[in-house]
Amino acid sequence: MTQSPSSSHPAKPGMLGQLADFFDDRTGYRAFVHEALYERVPGGARWRYVWGSTLVFAFMTQVITGLVLWASYSASAQTAWESVYYIQHEMAGGWLLRGIHHVMAQMMVVLLALHLMQVVIDGAYRAPREVNFWLGLILMMLVLGMALTGYLLPWDQKGYWATRVATNLAGLVPLIGPSLQQVVVGGPDYGHHTLTRFFALHAGFLPATLVALLVLHLTLFRKHGLCARQPLTRPDAMFWPDQVLKDAVAMLAVMAVVLGVILLPALRAVLEGRPILPGELGAELGAPADPSQPYAAARPEWYFLFLFQFLKVFEGWGASGEFLGAIVVPGLVMGMMFLMPIVGRWDLGHRFNIGFTVALLAGVGLLTALAMREDYCATWIDAAALADVGELIEKTGGDEAQIAAALGNDPEKIRAFAVRKKSWDAARHSRAFMEASEQAEVDAARAVVLAGRPERIPPTGALELVRGDALSQGPKLFAANCASCHGHVDPQQPDAQALLAKTSAANLHGFGTQAWVRGLLDPEQVAGPGYFGNTAHKDGEMVNFVQHDLTDRSTWKPEDIAAVIAGLAAEAGVVHGEVTPAPEVALVERGRVLLASSEHCGSCHTFRDNGTAAGSAPDLTGWGSREWLVGIITDPTHERFYGDTNDRMPSFGKAEQGSLPMLPARQIALIADWLRGEWYRPAVAGH
Amino acid sequence: MAGSPEESVKRPLTPDQRRGFLTRTLAIVCGGLATLPPLVAGLWVVLDPLRRQGGAAAFLPVTELPSVPDDGMPRQFTVVDDRVDAWTGFVAEPIGAVYLRRQPGSQQVEALSATCPHAGCFVEIDKAARCFRCPCHNSTFTLDGGIVAPSPSPRGMDSLECRVEPTGGVAVKWQNFLTGVAAKVVKS
Repeated sequence: MTQSPSSSHPAKPGMLGQLADFFDDRTGYRAFVHEALYERVPGGARWRYVWGSTLVFAFMTQVITGLVLWASYSASAQTAWESVYYIQHEMAGGWLLRGIHHVMAQMMVVLLALHLMQVVIDGAYRAPREVNFWLGLILMMLVLGMALTGYLLPWDQKGYWATRVATNLAGLVPLIGPSLQQVVVGGPDYGHHTLTRFFALHAGFLPATLVALLVLHLTLFRKHGLCARQPLTRPDAMFWPDQVLKDAVAMLAVMAVVLGVILLPALRAVLEGRPILPGELGAELGAPADPSQPYAAARPEWYFLFLFQFLKVFEGWGASGEFLGAIVVPGLVMGMMFLMPIVGRWDLGHRFNIGFTVALLAGVGLLTALAMREDYCATWIDAAALADVGELIEKTGGDEAQIAAALGNDPEKIRAFAVRKKSWDAARHSRAFMEASEQAEVDAARAVVLAGRPERIPPTGALELVRGDALSQGPKLFAANCASCHGHVDPQQPDAQALLAKTSAANLHGFGTQAWVRGLLDPEQVAGPGYFGNTAHKDGEMVNFVQHDLTDRSTWKPEDIAAVIAGLAAEAGVVHGEVTPAPEVALVERGRVLLASSEHCGSCHTFRDNGTAAGSAPDLTGWGSREWLVGIITDPTHERFYGDTNDRMPSFGKAEQGSLPMLPARQIALIADWLRGEWYRPAVAGH
Repeated sequence: MAGSPEESVKRPLTPDQRRGFLTRTLAIVCGGLATLPPLVAGLWVVLDPLRRQGGAAAFLPVTELPSVPDDGMPRQFTVVDDRVDAWTGFVAEPIGAVYLRRQPGSQQVEALSATCPHAGCFVEIDKAARCFRCPCHNSTFTLDGGIVAPSPSPRGMDSLECRVEPTGGVAVKWQNFLTGVAAKVVKS
């Protein structure tokens, strides 16, 4: 450092000393600092006293990271997810900031439990410290309140659905419940004001209250002094520096754990020798909240899982059961904790308190473990060994009398079956949850890809992008509307035939590609389950044509068939990135001639202006194109497609007078786009 | 050995033990290290805007030549462009305004930014007084953007590059300039 250019002033220490004197004379800060630092610690510094300090440290961390997050967060239904996405994926260091805030919040819950345990075991709630114990309990509820409100703020599927459950439970409070719920949610339904209110609670009301009570908590703590654990084995020490050192080491350890949790996926990626995926580090961000999409993976944050599981105890009790589980019992437990200082006046009472706290934490641990077990038991339950249970239930439709009959009405076997059915059910539910969780991860990753498009997120929000995305919506729409008849199975996969045997209409995997057309014109396949095999067209003219006319080498030479395949697939345009290679252009031209010719395909099919009347067979003009697919999904009974030979396929887009179609036009287009493999793909660097 | 609390109070304290210096230093180092990650992460994110840059200036179509009156009186036109605001992409959004004018019989169009060079308010046109006036601090400008003294504005209104396409379209090079200084400096 350079010296001050002015040499007429006294040396620096003296100047600083004078300045310090100036402020001390006017504020008395030295006495204040002295009082803060030189607190007597009876029996010397101990590790068991660090928990309160680590909690203060954790809270300060949340304040620092929270304020910066606040500076980039936007609380509205169209911008909450988007701004969090921006923090996580586009702002420098945003992943670390969110990661620290998210993991430290969980850490705080753990530290709270440790602090509470230490206070109870040491009997630090006893006179004269009762009020401070009560303050501590209120502080604990405030922290839990911040955890709950913070979960919603990213406005992703996970936070949205988990918090809906929490606010619905608030509606169970007697008399004021529904009004309370409406006030908290900011209206009759979730929306902008839910976010603004939760944000005001999370970043304003709750922390401000917490700071005020924390000041009281610390003031009272200093007033009463440390509640030293007897016996004192070492001489007294000062808070500074002995206890501060232990506190600081504990804080460092807490921060190390937090950073470790954040960076663990990076370590895993390095060990597996793969790049770190975007969004893998820091706090997770699900797909944007969508009230129209079910979310089977909805769970509260792990430290609230015990409550979630506890509610299941009251399953079947109806609303009164939920009231008991969500409000009465937790209220009684909290009441019990508030009474601890009174109960603890007697030695036996103190032991009861310790027992109660240990039992409570053990119960919470047990319920959490049970909840986890229910969700993940499919990983260790042997599904193959229970396959016969599923088969029997499917065969009998779950009818108990029929199952009993199938088991030969043997009570022993029926009992054994009931036990095995229980594990079968558990595994099934768990598998559904795990699949939903996996799907949620896929959806989240896709939403991030869509949000990163060069066009950016539309002002209507990222949900619009997701809803208009063929890749994520296509499979869901297909599963809900098409998959009860059509397969979408890669013919190359080993179990393809078994899967297709269950379908009753053509396999639409790769529809529009040359490979699909080749299969259609293959005498072996055309009447198989991948094409017309399970439809009324099984014995139709097309099957007959492929199996007889097409095999007649005098009229159909192999090169003609190849030309038709190329020509028809060319009508579909680019499907799944399959572009007709340049040398095939001549082949396509030849194919078009054959498609139109009345000697060949054109004898039944309309193709461009070949003059064949519509109605005898589907029009092949633009076959497999987006427009053609939208047309056939909208109305296969139209004379352009199957007309009155249509076999069972609903007209998804045709509405009777005054009613709505089965599917809106936008969703039909999404199915068409998905079948054709048309969706947004990010540009790969270097291409 | 064990001692009652009463005894402990009586015990003399030895605040300056030999280990004192090491303990103090370690306490400060550990506490500082523990607090560092949130501070670093926070600062990192707070400074993120420094990495962001505005788009390069481009000619934007504003209107057609016949729409610009050829009587020397400026007329206000809205400038429309695609705009990205953090995560949101706006398509064809009004992003600002320019004044265009042309002299009688001329095919040349002059363009003035509507942003006041003084403090960035929106300059209005006073047709009756045949001048521009800023509603914030009363900076007054002539119809060709020249400064009318005395004026709080350190310079005249900012002219923008303007070209008339062969098709008759009028395009303006949309730029923002630093306000409050005499020199016309492009804001990046």
